[in-house]
Amino acid sequence: MSENAEATTALNRKDFVSDQDVRWCPGCGDYSILAQVQRLMPELGIPRENIVFISGIGCSSRFPYYMNTYGFHSIHGRAPAIATGLKASRPDLTVWVVTGDGDGLSIGGNHLLHALRRNVDLKILLFNNRIYGLTKGQYSPTSERGKVTKSTPLGSIDYPLHPITVALGAEATFVARSIDVEAKHLTSVLRRASEHKGTAFVEILQNCNIFNDGAFANITDKDQKADAQLVLEHGKPLLFGKNHDKGIRMAGHKLEVVELGNGVSEADLLVHDEQDPALAFLLSTLMPPTFPAPVGVFRAVDRPPYDAAMGEQVERAKAKLGTPDLDALFNQGDTWDVAP
Amino acid sequence: MQSETVAQKPIEERDHVVIRFAGDSGDGMQLAGMHFTNETALAGNDLSTLPDFPAEIRAPTGTLAGVSGFQLHFSSADIFTPGDQPDVLVAMNPAALKVNIGDLPMNGILIVDKEQFTEQNIKKAEFTSNPLTDGSLDRFQVFEVSITKLTLNALNDTGLQTRAMMRSRNFFALGLTSWLFQRDIEPTLRWIESKFAKRTPEVAEANRRVLKAGYNYGETAEVFRTAYKVKPAAIAPGRYRNITGNAATSLGFVAAAQKAGRPLFLGSYPITPASDILHELAAMKGYGVYTFQAEDEIAGVGAALGAAFGGAIGITTTSGPGVCLKGETINLAVSVELPLVIADIQRGGPSTGLPTKTEQADLLLAMYGRNSDSPVPILAPATPADCFNVAFEAIRIATRYMTPVFFLSDGYLANGAEPWRVPAAADLPEVKVEFRTDPVGYYPFLRDPETLSRPWAIPGTPGLEHRIGGIEKDYLTGNVSYAPMNHEQMVRVRSRKIAGIVREIPPTELNGPDEGDVLVLGWGSTYGAIESAVRALQAEGKKVAHAHIRYINPLPPDLPGILSRYRHVLVPELNMGQLVRLIRAEYLVDAIGLNKIQGQPFKVSEIVRKVSSLMEKK
Ligand code: SF4
Repeated sequence: MSENAEATTALNRKDFVSDQDVRWCPGCGDYSILAQVQRLMPELGIPRENIVFISGIGCSSRFPYYMNTYGFHSIHGRAPAIATGLKASRPDLTVWVVTGDGDGLSIGGNHLLHALRRNVDLKILLFNNRIYGLTKGQYSPTSERGKVTKSTPLGSIDYPLHPITVALGAEATFVARSIDVEAKHLTSVLRRASEHKGTAFVEILQNCNIFNDGAFANITDKDQKADAQLVLEHGKPLLFGKNHDKGIRMAGHKLEVVELGNGVSEADLLVHDEQDPALAFLLSTLMPPTFPAPVGVFRAVDRPPYDAAMGEQVERAKAKLGTPDLDALFNQGDTWDVAP
Repeated sequence: MQSETVAQKPIEERDHVVIRFAGDSGDGMQLAGMHFTNETALAGNDLSTLPDFPAEIRAPTGTLAGVSGFQLHFSSADIFTPGDQPDVLVAMNPAALKVNIGDLPMNGILIVDKEQFTEQNIKKAEFTSNPLTDGSLDRFQVFEVSITKLTLNALNDTGLQTRAMMRSRNFFALGLTSWLFQRDIEPTLRWIESKFAKRTPEVAEANRRVLKAGYNYGETAEVFRTAYKVKPAAIAPGRYRNITGNAATSLGFVAAAQKAGRPLFLGSYPITPASDILHELAAMKGYGVYTFQAEDEIAGVGAALGAAFGGAIGITTTSGPGVCLKGETINLAVSVELPLVIADIQRGGPSTGLPTKTEQADLLLAMYGRNSDSPVPILAPATPADCFNVAFEAIRIATRYMTPVFFLSDGYLANGAEPWRVPAAADLPEVKVEFRTDPVGYYPFLRDPETLSRPWAIPGTPGLEHRIGGIEKDYLTGNVSYAPMNHEQMVRVRSRKIAGIVREIPPTELNGPDEGDVLVLGWGSTYGAIESAVRALQAEGKKVAHAHIRYINPLPPDLPGILSRYRHVLVPELNMGQLVRLIRAEYLVDAIGLNKIQGQPFKVSEIVRKVSSLMEKK
């Protein structure tokens, strides 16, 4: 798995647990995400001191305090900008951003968008609980229309944003979704994200059991989930259902759910392709009850990351200049001498 | 050309001259002014410039709103301002004449482009009759020159389109005035060569021809009877170069980062009048400079702070509207105690205000414009060349005290130019940056007993993994703490740390008697006007002194003593009275303000008048 075998064997999950008491509400989906991340870290073989977690404001943004790495709990929405400055000047570091639906898509939407389109080598985890938790329960930019909250007693009149669609629109090079309670799947997606060179965007469906309990119950409920989740795998047909008896097929410019049998076979189904932007977009629009919710990697393509390009420009200019000489710099252009 | 047959015209000597180029914003007046300045600098004169242009890139041609001007004061003695009024006005069209003629004194030299005084242009300039013929210019020495025609004539065999030819008119004006003041056009010819010869040789050729045509016209045509000469200034020996405030600021930042041995990271969003610093630094990557053109002002400062977390010298450049947006991130830097420099190149406000005009009205914004008790050091350069020293010092203070620092320049300093005595890199102060590496006894907020600054421990250092954030933190460990007494202790220690910067401040320079009738106290770009006014008053035997402060937060420790030794303290500012408020509040001194809010620097005469009226008071 890793060139840094020593570091791998030397560290375990506990090494990534900080001495701070975790202060999320009991039962919050954040606990599970934290546990998976702490479990994954030793596997990556990256020395602890070279890992940085940066967050904004919100429940999810307390995350860095609980990781025994370098961390920066910044201000509302700005984590991608701060992380961009760090990563661009320190490409040797592994930089993770933790954000939420309010932090990342509302107050910080602009920064998220631009980090994604620049393809800065950041791992961005967006915990989507479709509510403002820290401020005690107002609707968020991913809340469903009509949602009744303290700030929308008659129901919200906003149409929600779909994080995956937004990320694809910004041409993010890695776009994925997973779920807080699906530990194995989450770990596998996080691992893929960490291996990606460039911005990796992961939407994690997260239950806020205090202010929006069960927001994703129709996707995560044990009895329903086989029918409600479409697990994406590159090169594999889009199959789902308890008995793998349902699939997704193209119908004109749209997708449709079909049951296998009665003349419909696997060969009729769409095959997932992580490099096909049109397919990724169509998949990003699927949601229950009509469709299963896709989870896994929607898109993974290669593009030179921003930070590497920036470093290259600086290195090339340095090589061209030779040893920096301030006196030469000061004396550039037309100069004249005044004799004593 | 029959120049050899023409007798050399007489040359008259002048101590100093103020010349103003004025034309349509598309006429290239800034360029003509800049190159006249460069020729003048190389002639060894002391000089000071004032570019003054509209915010619109291309306002409708020929209108009053579209007039762009460039004023240059050059002298054989020390000078400090671009001059109150021009001795020579070059007006490329009627609108430029209309906007500027009020400043030209009796008998002043007026050069106009005759062909531009068409009925239509005269109307656009809102004249009711042709000023060239209605006698309204009789009190000036008017030179009607066929600049348009002579430019077209010089280029008639080039095959260029008329529109393209017209673009060289500014070079005619430049050539003519270069002759009039006996400037060598060689440096301008060199610049034309380097700028255009490769990509657009036809433009290079056109500009070259027209520049020479203008020069030769002055020499040969029987229009100007005399040329003028201003002898080189007797200034301190050394090597000089002409520099604008923004260029000096950029060099100051690069120099400090080099001295610190760290990369410089600029996060910035384009904004007038700060963008040139971004352009300058983007061209200096070879010196380990990273420039990040961010998606907005907030991301600009955020990225700079992120880079500072990683051990780079993080800076951001902006103007007032941008500072408003950056406030929350600056406060984060105050809270996490990381070094950061915020360069605010002030402009007229509020809101979008006057983007291309100067003002000093962000001082209280820098001082107080953040939530809660949030002390940030403030430094302000006094002249364009001084921007170098103060930008350098801003980084030195930021890294030594682990704090954001405001660098308050303004539009006048940014675009204005003066000769800069080029320093030797070896003579620059030390900028010591030491990262903590020892895990033994490490706490993120363990303070240096002298400076009270916390250790800079950067990611990548084994054993020092820690978390910082904007939540109040424990005095020592930096862990989140909401404890009441701890909060008070943290607020007080942040304040004490900044107050302690007084130990870095050199004695305040005082020009004038140690005690007397009036102390004129200034900060920032008012330096030149105040210094000239005070010198003029001193020459009349008045007991007037000038003190100019570069450190505004904290204030110099010797200031209260100085303030107490004069009957009156006058604080001229290009705002409604901001430093004066701080001074009154801090020292209970009855300082009074002289305030100008016109987007223009002070005239020397305005300050002289005010001081004189104070002297008459009991
Ligand atoms: S409010 Fe909701 S999201 Fe926040 S910690 Fe509690 S359960 Fe988790």
